[in-house]
Amino acid sequence: MAIEDDVVVVGGGLAGMVAALAAARQGAGVRVLSHADSTLQSASGLVDVLGYPAAAGDRNAVASGRGSEAVGERPAENGVGDGTTENGVGDGTTENGVGDETTENGVGGGTACGPVADPFDAIPDLPERHPYRTVGVETVREALALFDEATGNLYRGGHTDRNALVPTHGGTVKPTARYPATVAEGLASDDRPTLLVGFETVTDFDAPLAADHLRAAGVPFEVRGATVRFPGEFRADAARTRLADALDANERVERVRDGGGRGAGGSYSTTLPARRALAAAVEPHLDGAERVGFPALLGQHETEAVLADLEAELGAAVFEVPTGSPSVPGMRLAGALRRACREAGVRFTTGNPVVNYETTGNGEQDGEIAAVRVDRNGATVPFHAAEFVLATGGLVGKGVDSDRESVREPIFDCHVPHPEDRYDWFADGAFGDHPFARFGVAVDDDLRPLDSAGDATFPNLRAAGAVLGGYDFAAEKSGSGVSLATGLAAGRAAAREVFQ
Amino acid sequence: MTDTEVVVVGGGSTGCGVARDLAMRGVDVTLVEQGNLTHGTTGRMHGLLHSGGRYAVSDQSSAQECIAENRVLRDIADHCVEMTGGQFVQLEGDPDEYFEEKLAGCRECGIPVEVLSGQQAREEEPYLTKSVKRAIRVPDGAVDPFRLCVANAASAEEHGARIETHAEVVAVLKNGTQVTGVEVRHDSGPGKREHRRAGERETITADHVVNAAGAWAGQLGEMAGADVAVRPSKGAMVVTNCRQVDTVINRCRPKGDADIVVPHEATAILGTTDVEVDDPEDYPEEQWEVDLLIDELSKLVPILGEARTVRSFWGVRPLYEPPGAATEDPTDITRDYFLLDHADRDDLAGLTTIVGGKFTTYRLMAESVADHVCGKLGVSADCKTADVPLPGSEDFSVLREYMDEFGLRSPVGRRSVQRLGSRADEVLTTDGPNPVLCDCEAVTRAEVRDAIEGSGTDLNAVRIRTRASMGNCQGGFCCHRMAAELHPEYDESQSREALDELFQERWKGQRHALWGEQLSQAALNYALHATTMNRDRDPAEGDGTLDFGRFDSGAPNRPEETEARDGD
Ligand SMILES: Cc1cc2nc3c(=O)[nH]c(=O)nc-3n(C[C@H](O)[C@H](O)[C@H](O)COP(=O)(O)OP(=O)(O)OC[C@H]3O[C@@H](n4cnc5c(N)ncnc54)[C@H](O)[C@@H]3O)c2cc1C
Ligand SMILES: Cc1cc2nc3c(=O)[nH]c(=O)nc-3n(C[C@H](O)[C@H](O)[C@H](O)COP(=O)(O)OP(=O)(O)OC[C@H]3O[C@@H](n4cnc5c(N)ncnc54)[C@H](O)[C@@H]3O)c2cc1C
Repeated sequence: MAIEDDVVVVGGGLAGMVAALAAARQGAGVRVLSHADSTLQSASGLVDVLGYPAAAGDRNAVASGRGSEAVGERPAENGVGDGTTENGVGDGTTENGVGDETTENGVGGGTACGPVADPFDAIPDLPERHPYRTVGVETVREALALFDEATGNLYRGGHTDRNALVPTHGGTVKPTARYPATVAEGLASDDRPTLLVGFETVTDFDAPLAADHLRAAGVPFEVRGATVRFPGEFRADAARTRLADALDANERVERVRDGGGRGAGGSYSTTLPARRALAAAVEPHLDGAERVGFPALLGQHETEAVLADLEAELGAAVFEVPTGSPSVPGMRLAGALRRACREAGVRFTTGNPVVNYETTGNGEQDGEIAAVRVDRNGATVPFHAAEFVLATGGLVGKGVDSDRESVREPIFDCHVPHPEDRYDWFADGAFGDHPFARFGVAVDDDLRPLDSAGDATFPNLRAAGAVLGGYDFAAEKSGSGVSLATGLAAGRAAAREVFQ
Repeated sequence: MTDTEVVVVGGGSTGCGVARDLAMRGVDVTLVEQGNLTHGTTGRMHGLLHSGGRYAVSDQSSAQECIAENRVLRDIADHCVEMTGGQFVQLEGDPDEYFEEKLAGCRECGIPVEVLSGQQAREEEPYLTKSVKRAIRVPDGAVDPFRLCVANAASAEEHGARIETHAEVVAVLKNGTQVTGVEVRHDSGPGKREHRRAGERETITADHVVNAAGAWAGQLGEMAGADVAVRPSKGAMVVTNCRQVDTVINRCRPKGDADIVVPHEATAILGTTDVEVDDPEDYPEEQWEVDLLIDELSKLVPILGEARTVRSFWGVRPLYEPPGAATEDPTDITRDYFLLDHADRDDLAGLTTIVGGKFTTYRLMAESVADHVCGKLGVSADCKTADVPLPGSEDFSVLREYMDEFGLRSPVGRRSVQRLGSRADEVLTTDGPNPVLCDCEAVTRAEVRDAIEGSGTDLNAVRIRTRASMGNCQGGFCCHRMAAELHPEYDESQSREALDELFQERWKGQRHALWGEQLSQAALNYALHATTMNRDRDPAEGDGTLDFGRFDSGAPNRPEETEARDGD
């Protein structure tokens, strides 16, 4: 059976889906080949475009009293005094006194170069090889327009060019360009008094601590935190998605009367629907708060209804605070994009990895790519197409891989520039200017991966998203934005070639 | 009147062992340690409970001590020991004579042995290379040095000792030729941060001072005016993400580098190297050591070549040479321990140094020091440390009941109860739900809280007590959860500082293992903390000038939501 498409996109994350959508909207027949869940499973669901101006190295220098980062300095030369230690033997001392200054080196960040209010303004100042510079600021805008249209009512932020500052589950605020509608009432530039609510068993979000942290960050609103028990009998290690399901279904749960939740003595009364029981647990803590924030688990599917019910019960606005893995907002976004792709006619083949490719030429490196090969339990199946998009993600998504000697892109063996010595791949501070954060393929102006000599590897292969090198999305807060903009550009270019 | 009868300097296995032994004999003891307990070599060792097999050819008296103490520790500290068993493996091409010598040596030293064919060896350890010729089975085990050290300190405390961490000895007090105590400087460093204020000095007078400062013993000797020729020798170890072997695997060859793999909890630890260094606090950690361990040991267990390495660490052996020995190669320096009576040796009364030796024989070393000191003090009590179990080790058999009682999922329950020993009941009984905070190592909230009670804001100490943040993710997913447990007892800025410190410490150890999956993990951790939480640009760490008014404060008209707000 010959499987034949116009465009094959390898990787079904944000970049891959946007590339597929963009190509399909131009009329191309598109297939997405994706191995596993994408990074959206653990990303917050916020769509950052650009939160901080380029130079990430500034982060360490700014906080006074903290040593500056010696980029590329080998830890081997620092000796044990700097606290590099032990391991797994239950062992390990803790620190060593001498290491104290170094211990702090680079951990905290400073804000001397604060967040950018308007990301579009700041893009032209990025380094020339930054993916945003490659595709241009107009493409970024178009990508966001496509995103807004594809996600419909699910996302907000399109009414302005300005970044929003969103409270994080750690109690800081983060600049972002698009945020889930469920987050909208929680913005930090809104001055309504706020109550944060955490759950005893949702260990990633400690509401009283986050509230104190936000206060330390100088937010312009009153904020308090309270920890309550999630109503119902759930295991102590029930996944966040399990709690979200209970709210989706509005399951009836038993509720302890007397408000208390702890220990003996609480007499059980009637059962209540989960949403009402939750509101009842929160109510005693309201004390004048006009908005209430929960960790992001307010339903996987019926989110709007969950929010509306909670707001009605509480008489206050309700919002979500995004969390890490498993990220309910990230999963909602993945679902929405997938629906948009399907509606545009994109086909998905998932569950197996692409392992290599076939070319039209005689030698391996000659000609164009004719097909990529998927490994299905040991058997390889070729997928033919005219154009290919590589959107396999970065170090996290498995689009970039490494061993003790080198860093590579595993499917096409595209060149990934990296220092030869693996001790030059990272900085000493946890939040130092890490070279590994910029690992990825280098591309030409049309997003075609380059080989080590600087020539395009294949005329019909383009790369998009985190597999690209040359930007540190964590430092810049630019992850989703780069995936959207380069995804759009790669998808459109692929379709353009198909119809030429 | 002195402040205390005996000051013990050094909170490693030796010092803690000495403190326990003396305290159990009714002696009033104060232990001072410059860092936290296990700050020195004890916290950076390979975790092998020697059967003695390693020394059965070269050093038979050490071998005999090892097998004796190996048996004692199984009795008194079974919650710190896992009797995995071990093999000395001969590969094709390794010398036959040495194998025979090893076998005979073990038998001479009373180490129970059994010869395994290559096939039998591989049945026991399927990942051994196919070129294994035969093997000797010995009773090696894995030992958790931290738990053991803390259990000794806890026992000493129960018997009235004072254990003072973050107290560095800066001077040894003397009156003529009589040592009369020490002067310590208290530090504010991590640790149970309830001790005295940073920078404060304290004079502790004593009838006798025991120098158990390990690789630092020479420096302490110098303060007293005695020459103690410690020759510190560093060794590297590499930790993998899973337990590729279930028994201790030794290469059966004359001494060499990179010849042991020890299974430890959910990991395997590859070791080690042996290079003399000048300063036990400051020496290079070198890439060739990491590469050598992986390359050499994958000859024994080939999948180690592909294994995911989570981190590397180094320790310094406190080797000692009697005056005049001047051995050139550090690997030739004896592994024996030495008790130096400075009254005899240097005409300096009131000071005894214990140095050299091995973790496995710490109790025996402590006993000989305690005998010696008691002789000086005129105390006639007998040593009880070989017979009385350490705190937490009784009642290990009730494991199953604990699991049911606490409603823990089996792996969690098993691990928690193993870690806590007989304290499980006390620690795991809580009012609230007890979720797992560290998924990799299955550490629950109750354990973290219990450890915080003991260690305050020092999350590295909490980590060591509980193993939280020591698994595959190296803390990426749980550092902040641990820090949150400090709140509200400690305020937000203390919790934040503790988090930064732990996160940085976890990062440092990974740097020697940053390739392959661990590099991907590091990228994920970096993203979780920098992207999702924006901890690298935390406005709370800034100058407080963030102008919130310049940012989006929400779309102008949100009909549904406005309605809901007005609805009440
Ligand atoms: C923890 C975390 C938090 C983040 N938080 C934010 C945030 O708050 N805001 C923000 O804007 N950005 C955030 N990001 C960044 C952002 O999520 C990513 O940059 C972006 O999602 C990358 O998308 P992608 O499509 O390029 O790659 P990925 O999402 O990694 O997708 C790659 C896909 O390719 C598949 N694949 C890989 N190899 C193969 C193969 N051989 N064959 C077939 N399929 C393959 C994978 O299975 C996966 O589905 C975060 C990232 C992380 C890791
Ligand atoms: C790489 C390596 C692997 C090893 N593997 C094993 C093994 O598998 N099995 C085994 O049995 N043995 C092993 N050992 C040996 C074993 O670890 C050591 O012999 C043992 O831990 C030494 O304990 P200690 O208490 O004497 O020294 P340490 O643990 O070093 O304790 C000395 C303490 O004194 C403190 N100190 C120093 N100066 C001062 C001062 N001025 N004031 C206050 N305190 C001070 C230090 O901070 C330190 O904590 C290994 C050693 C190394 C280096």
